[in-house]
Amino acid sequence: MAKKIMENTGRGAGHIGPDEIPGTAGDENPGAAKSQVKKPRRAPIPRVLPVVEREEQAKPVKKHPEGTCQLWLGLVLVGIVGLLSLISVFYTPYDVYAMDTASRFLPPSLTHFFGTDNYGRDVFSRAMTGAGFTLFVAFATVASSTLISIVIGLISGYAGGIVDEILMRLLDAVSSFPGILIALVIVSVMNNGKYTIILALCIMFIPSFSRIVRTGTLQYKDAGFVRNARVFGASAPRLLFVYILPNIFPILLSSVVIGLSNAILAESGMSYLGLGIQPPIPSLGRMLYEAQNIILRAPWCALAPGLVIVTTIAGFHCIGEGLRKRYL
Amino acid sequence: MRYFIRKLIVLGVSIFFITILTFLAFHILPGDPAQLILGTEASQEKLEALRIQLGTNRPLYVQYFSWISGFVRGDFGTSIKYSRPVSELLAGRLEVTVLLGLMVMAITLFFGVILGVFSAGKNGKLPDDVISAFTILGTSVPGFFMSILFMWIFGLILHLFAPGKYVDYHSDPAGFIRYMIFPALAIAIPQTATLVKYIRAAVIDELSTAYVRTAKGKGVPFTMILFGHVLKNAIVAIVPLIGMMIGEIFSGSIIIEQVFGIPGVGRLLVSSVLSRDFPLTQTLVVYVALLIVITNFIVDLVIQFLDPRIRLMEEQA
Repeated sequence: MAKKIMENTGRGAGHIGPDEIPGTAGDENPGAAKSQVKKPRRAPIPRVLPVVEREEQAKPVKKHPEGTCQLWLGLVLVGIVGLLSLISVFYTPYDVYAMDTASRFLPPSLTHFFGTDNYGRDVFSRAMTGAGFTLFVAFATVASSTLISIVIGLISGYAGGIVDEILMRLLDAVSSFPGILIALVIVSVMNNGKYTIILALCIMFIPSFSRIVRTGTLQYKDAGFVRNARVFGASAPRLLFVYILPNIFPILLSSVVIGLSNAILAESGMSYLGLGIQPPIPSLGRMLYEAQNIILRAPWCALAPGLVIVTTIAGFHCIGEGLRKRYL
Repeated sequence: MRYFIRKLIVLGVSIFFITILTFLAFHILPGDPAQLILGTEASQEKLEALRIQLGTNRPLYVQYFSWISGFVRGDFGTSIKYSRPVSELLAGRLEVTVLLGLMVMAITLFFGVILGVFSAGKNGKLPDDVISAFTILGTSVPGFFMSILFMWIFGLILHLFAPGKYVDYHSDPAGFIRYMIFPALAIAIPQTATLVKYIRAAVIDELSTAYVRTAKGKGVPFTMILFGHVLKNAIVAIVPLIGMMIGEIFSGSIIIEQVFGIPGVGRLLVSSVLSRDFPLTQTLVVYVALLIVITNFIVDLVIQFLDPRIRLMEEQA
């Protein structure tokens, strides 16, 4: 029989209608015959279609290392900035606040990597410290909003019904404000400071993270292993935190890392507007604002903090995308 | 029609939540606005006087309803700093921000669609990689840093426009556009990058469908397939993004207006926050949020009219 098929397809190459698949000749039910024969049959050699198929097969093989590459690039970029800001806690090449009128507007050199500003302060040291504060705010923001979102998302997904409806409508309302608007409201009703900006940015991220957790919870709520655990008498919190939550982590992780880059963007934007950490504590956004007026004299004052921001954001972005491509 | 009514109900609910959340934010959170405005050393009489002026001595629900009913009547309250009605302050500024937003939208959609489809067409080849690199860079450069670079390079070095010297569009429309093109670009580039990413993914998905194979089979040129057949279907997948973009564009313009010194709503908002002008901030926040929600509502309806499949998609979800 197999021989007959091969003969047939060989003759009619390039044109594979159902009539070309002979199967059990003279069968009264050609549809059933078709599905029976299709699997064991060796692939015919049509002329037009396989090109598309081969492309599709080749892609995943190429994509896999792409994610890895991005992941490492991101880790290196974030690593550099992270290391510098970690060092800045213990040591900076120059005093961050010390003004030195003798060395104003020095261009970048070996003694001042990023030059000095209009008060003679070392831009490199300030950028190091500023990056530290930015990273601290970003991590604190994302960590706290992740924790809150996990609770909201789990409750909303697991309880369902009216609780779910109310929580989701509230989150919808919050996310219909653009993020920066929420931050502006919080900053305007509370005092300026590190914790205000963390709280302000934290609220920005809760809606999207909560939705991710909620979707994941819904997905696993009725999965076999959860039902099994329920039968064995596991309590709701145990079901949620021990059985459901670990399955949501992979999806949540890449969003959280991309959330970090958004947090840095938002924090530097707020401190650019003068609503973040207050001077004289250096922050990258504020440094950019101060450099704006002296950009013709000392472009490095603007370029240095800007590049640090770009590097960090691009780094977290690469890590997030890389994680998503590799593990999802 | 059912779709319309459902959307209208959702709109009503979100408007209610927006007003109540903003109101609560300004009235429940720790801290007395009168105290915050006058500082900790203010005398008791002064505080009382300001409380009466702000109306914060009345019960909360009374305050909420008087505020809302004023809002409906077009009475947006009075600014403390300028001592003028908010509606008067808004008058000229809204047009500026809306014009800026429209420019951004035009640039984003034009370049986003072309680059996204082109990139998907060249999937895996060099142009695609170049565009991918651009999208990563575009999403990583903050708008205000880009604006500063634009001011430095195009303004101060190449003299294409005079930074900080805003041109009013009534007196000189051409000058207005020449000035606004750079802020618009600074907001549009990150948006374009995001749009390109989504359109590319949607088009690549669409390229593996049967009708594309048929079109290829009958010899339609590839560019024609991309822009004539695939694009129309891929647009459906990015519709939810457009609603989000409207909010993002406004967020962008809050900061960018500050950088370029454009007298728009965003600049007024930031200055009201900085000077602790609560009535002004509260009104502006609600005003902007409503504007965004209502624009989204209209966009939803228009797109639904253009492509009824979206309605089906949402009803399934």
